[in-house]
Amino acid sequence: MSATITAPAADAARTEPGPDPAGRRIDWGQPFVYLVALVIAAVAIGPVLYVFIGGFRTTADLNANPAGMPDPWTLQNWAAVLGSTRFWGNVLSSMILAFGTTAGVVVVGVMAAFVIARYTFRGREGLYLLFAAGLMFPLTVAALPLTLLLRTLGLHGTFLGVIIPSIAFALPTTIIILVPFLRAIPDELEEAAAIDGTTRIGFFWRILLPLSMPGLVTVGVLAFVGSWNGYLLPLLVISTGTLPQELWPLPLGVTQFSTQYSQDTGAVLAYTSLAMLPALASFLFAEKRIVGGLTGAVKG
Amino acid sequence: MTSVIESAGPAVSAGSAPAPKPRRSRPGTGRKWAEIVLFVGPALVLFLGFVILPVVLAGVYSFYNLPQAFQWDDLADPERFVGFENYIRALTDPAFQKSVGNNFLILVLSLLIQGPLAIGIALLLNRKLRGRGALRLLIFVPYVLAEVIAGLSWKLLLQPQGGVNAMLEAVGLGAWQQNWLADPNIALWTMFAILTWKYIGFAILLMLAGLQGVPEELAEAASIDGASWWQIQRHITIPLLGPTIRIWVFLSMIGALQLFDMVWVTTRGGPLNATSTMATYMVEKGQFGGQPGFGSAVAVILFFISLVVALVYQRFALRRDLAGAITRGVR
Repeated sequence: MSATITAPAADAARTEPGPDPAGRRIDWGQPFVYLVALVIAAVAIGPVLYVFIGGFRTTADLNANPAGMPDPWTLQNWAAVLGSTRFWGNVLSSMILAFGTTAGVVVVGVMAAFVIARYTFRGREGLYLLFAAGLMFPLTVAALPLTLLLRTLGLHGTFLGVIIPSIAFALPTTIIILVPFLRAIPDELEEAAAIDGTTRIGFFWRILLPLSMPGLVTVGVLAFVGSWNGYLLPLLVISTGTLPQELWPLPLGVTQFSTQYSQDTGAVLAYTSLAMLPALASFLFAEKRIVGGLTGAVKG
Repeated sequence: MTSVIESAGPAVSAGSAPAPKPRRSRPGTGRKWAEIVLFVGPALVLFLGFVILPVVLAGVYSFYNLPQAFQWDDLADPERFVGFENYIRALTDPAFQKSVGNNFLILVLSLLIQGPLAIGIALLLNRKLRGRGALRLLIFVPYVLAEVIAGLSWKLLLQPQGGVNAMLEAVGLGAWQQNWLADPNIALWTMFAILTWKYIGFAILLMLAGLQGVPEELAEAASIDGASWWQIQRHITIPLLGPTIRIWVFLSMIGALQLFDMVWVTTRGGPLNATSTMATYMVEKGQFGGQPGFGSAVAVILFFISLVVALVYQRFALRRDLAGAITRGVR
């Protein structure tokens, strides 16, 4: 008996100096971790840097030495792009589409996710599976009929014609992320709220929404990025419509520019790198919240 | 006064014990259903109208031989109805079979290579590192970029006279130069590399988020008990990351089967169908080949393949995530 009692004590004594070797082990591993991290970062960012730096080179320089640094640094490409109404029109258009889609997805998505996550009713599982099945409906499957539908509704060639289907196609991801998130908020909170006389809607507004803000940010950022990156829908709805090229969203504008000026590599690289900037800037703003946001502040 | 008291008496006694049952259940369920309809309604209408309906219409179109300049009236023309002909044509076309094979190759490669890579990187970054925030940001950069813009960039970089070959030359690996996207033997592998570059950031983001949900106390307790870093990851962190990993596998598989934008921008499925996917084949034939009916049949096949894969996966892997949502906290 006494042996079994002293054994844990000895263990405890051993763990006293324990942290020290552990610390040394991490110190030993740390440079390796940094090296790996550095390589990963370089691979991720290298091609982007190449495009950015290429934007500061003349096309002749690019053709002569594709891998070199700019021989004469030139701001000409960037100045030409930044001075064009076309670029700013592209940015404005992308902004309208992305903000419209994000607002719609977050509002409509959280409402549906709330019911699916926290109400018990017949057909709830079916409803969830219906939305989840939406993940299997790629836009490409629906593309042609969708375009015809939008023509019938008079939405073809308009921003709304892109925004509304974008919301619809972003809903499955949104609901799949939000439902487990909302479900993880402890039932005790809802019970406590009910005992205090709050209705379920009141619980939704006053307790659930604030608690799920990180999840909403995550879903919103995903919707924003998805809309900002969207190519096929604008291609079908806007590029074949009556909107002038100056009001096409960026992905369309960039491809259009790159085919139009395919000989002028420097200009294409500058246009491409400037087209990257808004997305990078908005992610920079959101990244701080997104990783913490995916799991949420609630620990059940 | 007395009447008020008299009537108040029974009302209170009735309200205190037996009344709540009938009162709550009847207006309660009505109200509940009103709330359900109000809250799910908008999402359901949008989803049914702009996702499901077009897909159903694609199913209808797939039985017709439709002209490029499609009119609704064409569906009423009995001569245009061709039955399963479009399906038979697609399934017996070697180019389509090649596309299906490409989709599945990319699917398998994604799971075998991107998954472990993403988990490893996430475990690596989920510790105190100087500049961790900046590093995380850099890794997510490719994911944030529009697929079109990333594709155009890689297309420029991977030209025979482009940046990648020039770099190889500069570091003395000139022999490794390839015509990356134009050589049918390696184009698909190049495509997979680009896709990994583009999408691993999302995988890492998901895994990191999952890791945030793993209580630090468990790792601390294990390390006090003398477990090594690797033992902690292997026996505590990764198992607890299971739900996140399974969700990622699901998203990754569906993404691989639906692959379109990146291929379309860089190679359009070429050279010689080396990189074609079901989706690029469909758009090539349906939108640009002027055969919306045939394209729709391909769309339906693509849909069914995705559906079967997803259902099988859901049946065997995701089921316990959905079912165990409540009990998982107890374990």
